[in-house]
Amino acid sequence: MKRFLFRRILQLIPTLFIVAIIVFFITRMLPGNPAAVMLGPQASAEDIAAYSEQLGLNEPLHRQFFDYLGNLVKFDFGNSLSYNQPIADLIMERFPNTVILAISALIIAVIIGVPAGILAAKKQNTFLDYFITTFSLVGVSMPIFWLGVMLALYFSVNLGWLPSTGMGSLDNGLWDFLSHLILPSIALATIPTAQFARIIRSSMLETISHDYIKTARSKGLREFIVINKHALKNALTPLLTVMGLQFSNLLGGAVLTETIFSWPGMGLLIVNAIEKRDFVVVQNTVIFIAVIYVVINLIVDVLYKVVNPKINLDSDKGGA
Amino acid sequence: MKTMEEIENAKELQYLKAKKEQSFFRKLLRNRFAALGLIIILILILTAIFAPFIATHPPNAMDVTKTLLGPGESGHLLGTDSYGRDIFSRIVYGARISLIVGIAAVLFGAIFGSLLGLVSGYLGGRIDAIIMRIIDGMMAFPFILLAIVLMTVLGQGLGNAVIAIGVSNIPGFARLVRGQVLSVKEADYIEVTRSLGAKHGRILFRHIVPNSIAPLIVYATMSVAGAIISEASLSFLGLGVQPPTASWGSMLQEGKDFLVLSPGLATISGLAILVTVLGINLFGDGLRDALDPKMKL
Repeated sequence: MKRFLFRRILQLIPTLFIVAIIVFFITRMLPGNPAAVMLGPQASAEDIAAYSEQLGLNEPLHRQFFDYLGNLVKFDFGNSLSYNQPIADLIMERFPNTVILAISALIIAVIIGVPAGILAAKKQNTFLDYFITTFSLVGVSMPIFWLGVMLALYFSVNLGWLPSTGMGSLDNGLWDFLSHLILPSIALATIPTAQFARIIRSSMLETISHDYIKTARSKGLREFIVINKHALKNALTPLLTVMGLQFSNLLGGAVLTETIFSWPGMGLLIVNAIEKRDFVVVQNTVIFIAVIYVVINLIVDVLYKVVNPKINLDSDKGGA
Repeated sequence: MKTMEEIENAKELQYLKAKKEQSFFRKLLRNRFAALGLIIILILILTAIFAPFIATHPPNAMDVTKTLLGPGESGHLLGTDSYGRDIFSRIVYGARISLIVGIAAVLFGAIFGSLLGLVSGYLGGRIDAIIMRIIDGMMAFPFILLAIVLMTVLGQGLGNAVIAIGVSNIPGFARLVRGQVLSVKEADYIEVTRSLGAKHGRILFRHIVPNSIAPLIVYATMSVAGAIISEASLSFLGLGVQPPTASWGSMLQEGKDFLVLSPGLATISGLAILVTVLGINLFGDGLRDALDPKMKL
């Protein structure tokens, strides 16, 4: 296990290096002088020259890249032009808000998606199964930004029950915090809920068809125990991987949800930085999310190995 | 000259192939959900092709005297937007954008991704390691985030949206094709072909590619749905297709600002995206089940 963990951590290094290269070169693809683009058309030549110097744009490209790598390692992302504060502070302010949103969406998805999938598998080919299957297919096809707008229209504009923008504070009571969280969490949870239901249904159906489940039934075990103790245990393993991937996706997918509900997280930070043409913020926020994404995937791999030690994750064969 | 036995064998093979195809289509069309998905896709394609004949007004024609009209008012089937443009006509023309970006971006991703996957899986060794580390790096970005960053740098426009979404699609195709190549390349019949002196190109394109085509088709179909959502997302964020071109995402963005006065604009444009994506997913699911129900996609 220790060797596996060590090898997986080692594998992170080239991936993170590639991530840094991709982001560095994408942001260098900006047409013209990035400093001029960021400062806008009103900027004077002196301002552009000074800002180019500050960003290190006058250095040769390879030097810029290694400076940039060195700063990344030191967690020094530089200063934001539009927010006038260190980017690391901006990220640290916003990141917990995105995590809150992603975790609450994940909780909703597990609470609804997993039982729905089990129910659909248990009642295969009944009305309930068709109902859950249809809803989960609609769920995975849902443009969440549209769902967000519709939720805001119905629950905020029409009924006036829940706020549609901003993030509540626990200082103003638990309800203030929760009421702001409900709509964005539901919007963000829709796709993972549907995916969990689909995955659990298909893996339960596969597990139920195995001989040991038939044996358990033939031994006279109650259906409740057969399903919940034997079948579910095995059916949950693929869910773990998907949950990890979904959590990473939720961090990225929150861009749209946060924009609709003005939730002050990383996604809104990126969108606002794009509007303000503050590409240094965009570059560093994206790098940060990518690193988190890679680390979460590592944690999922490790957990997967812990849950199912027989699985050989080092094998690349058929790894589509 | 072919012997009688060879001719008989060829006929038998042809017959079996035709029977297999027949059974595939029968299986596909017997699946009601897949048939419904196919109908939705056909309606979308026909709408996109015949948009000028279906639209009741020019999609970009503004009329400031008729802004935010409700459905059916002044001859506007679904009403008008804040510039007085006919919503129905813009939805019809929006189908073109969704379809063009959806298909073109997936083609882009499929071509480059499959080539990378083929080379990586077939050659193996150091080249495989390098390509896969690059793919891992690309996969470290949430899909939509990579597209957003690329659009920010490339700038708005239909072509750039295709490139941004297409590039985001490359890693998925590369990994899929590489996996297929790895599972096929060690098969006995490939070994035999190789020992008979077949060149790499022939082995790849006559034997390995045809064996990888089924999961590729299913994955590509599902990816079109994802690409359509991505285009709408980019346009919703103001990064996609440039105004005044009708795109469902930008219509939804505009509708968001007039939710109280005219909820129809946001509702209808979002429904168009949902129904389209649902249709493609239904068809993709059916396609997967008809080709190989055990396919892990």
